[in-house]
Amino acid sequence: MIAQAATNATPSLHLLLVLLSAALTENILLTRFLGMCPFLSVSKEFRSAFGMGLAVLFVVTCTCLLNYALYTGVLVPLSHYGVPAESLKLILFIVVIAAFVQLMEMVIERISIRLYFALGIFLPLITVNCAILGASLFMVTNVTGKGYGAARVLLYGFGTGLGWFIAIMLMAGIRRRLRTAKVPPGLEGPGITLIVTGIMAMAFVIFQGMIKI
Amino acid sequence: MDAVITVLLAAAAASGLTTVLAALLLLAERVLVNYGTCTIDINRGDKQLEVTGGESLLATLMGEGIFVPSACGGRGTCAYCKLTVLDGGQTLTPTEEPLLTPEEIADDVRISCQVKVRSDIAVLIPEELFRVKQYRGRVERIRDLTHDIKELRIALVEPEEIQFTPGQYIQLMAPAYGSNPEPVYRAYSMSNPPSDNRAVETIIRLVPGGICTTWVFTTLAEGDEVFFTGPYGDFSLSDSDAEMIWIAGGSGMAPFWSIVRHMKEQGIRRKCTYFFGAVHRPDLFLLDEMRRLEEELDWFTFVPALSGQGESADDGCRTGLITEVVDRDLETGSQAEAYLCGSPGMIDAAVKVLRAKGITEDRTFYDKFA
Repeated sequence: MIAQAATNATPSLHLLLVLLSAALTENILLTRFLGMCPFLSVSKEFRSAFGMGLAVLFVVTCTCLLNYALYTGVLVPLSHYGVPAESLKLILFIVVIAAFVQLMEMVIERISIRLYFALGIFLPLITVNCAILGASLFMVTNVTGKGYGAARVLLYGFGTGLGWFIAIMLMAGIRRRLRTAKVPPGLEGPGITLIVTGIMAMAFVIFQGMIKI
Repeated sequence: MDAVITVLLAAAAASGLTTVLAALLLLAERVLVNYGTCTIDINRGDKQLEVTGGESLLATLMGEGIFVPSACGGRGTCAYCKLTVLDGGQTLTPTEEPLLTPEEIADDVRISCQVKVRSDIAVLIPEELFRVKQYRGRVERIRDLTHDIKELRIALVEPEEIQFTPGQYIQLMAPAYGSNPEPVYRAYSMSNPPSDNRAVETIIRLVPGGICTTWVFTTLAEGDEVFFTGPYGDFSLSDSDAEMIWIAGGSGMAPFWSIVRHMKEQGIRRKCTYFFGAVHRPDLFLLDEMRRLEEELDWFTFVPALSGQGESADDGCRTGLITEVVDRDLETGSQAEAYLCGSPGMIDAAVKVLRAKGITEDRTFYDKFA
């Protein structure tokens, strides 16, 4: 029913479904298992998880848009002229992401020192968060060329980031609880975290594919 | 052929984009990370520096010739570069927090390599740091004092004068030479009095296998250009009037040679007994100068001691280890201050004797390198 609703939906409903799909049913971390490294390490502390989550959310949204512009504005036209630009998208997207993060660091340092110190350490880490590159690449295959142009991409990017944010916040909360729980000795730290991630993923994976956008 | 063209075009596209992004980032850096000219106010208006913002406080000050100590080179690990930042230091960075005590944080002490100069900033810098400079000099004289000790006199070229307190030391640079691949710095106390401020004298003992001492003994010649930084150190006369005991051996003579001549010039009259230890008679040096000082100055007594086998006590020389001589001469319960300069072994042995005589830690001063 949801699948049908998606295709026949009004623009706003459709876009909402894009958002929900990206954030929940196609959660980039819990259903596609991307971005696990920072997820596992940063979810230890609530405050850092919050900071990291917000940083990822911001960067994914912006880079999805930038890469969309790059893809449709530069790469696709070029490939019509014989330049195999489309096949370069992996390399070029990551370069754009790295440059964007660097730029963001400079801008944030200038605008707000507080924010810079709060987020600053995470920004270089974000470049290597594979969820960000993954979002851009999925954007190309799943999202472009299906109408609504940039709005769809924006919401897809935002939704992906939101999904990652939700995942890391959930994990941070659970790990907080785990501090006082009796964890079997060998599983402390990454072990129990991965097990919990798996269990969380089960809940999310069940809904995968429910919303066909 | 097509494949080659495809590959080349792909490479061109990739490089093209990367170049565009790199250019964009450079431009952004020029615009965004530009903090303009900032004023550094030092010691509450004592000194003002106009600098270009954007670098760490440590790097900025060093660029202005204020040599704030740093062991790790600005990586934020050694905490040598602590300075009090009264204003403009902005929030404490996460990298500084583990290196500072809560009291220091409350007192606005910061790790200057982690503080970025983004606006006008006010700092407190200890006076001593102003006087540390890099000096270029020319070897004026190398004089043999004993078979393995030389006196080196360096005339200052740039800057022309040096200001220091007697007892301080310089870091002499031994350049890359022979088997030494890169320059090293070694510390030597200055043996000239501060009034002799257009030159620096040091007493250097040859250390077998030592990089700098070997260079001085084999390669360095009069007229050669040398570099050193300084002055460093806080080994100097205390402010009190208390009687003093000096204990030294070998090149440990250097700071005392500076201090005693300074005291003579300044008319500082504090009762002082200088115990100087050596092994054999040929190891003693500056004997005539010391005897002359003893005659001229009624507060100064020079007590050389020879610890080697077969040495006899005559012409004023005592026998035995310097620490034994001190033990014999010093009264228990003495209120004297003790100044020590020599090898760690000698210092440890001397300290034992001093404590036994009742001279406490707060009245003992060390020149910390051998």
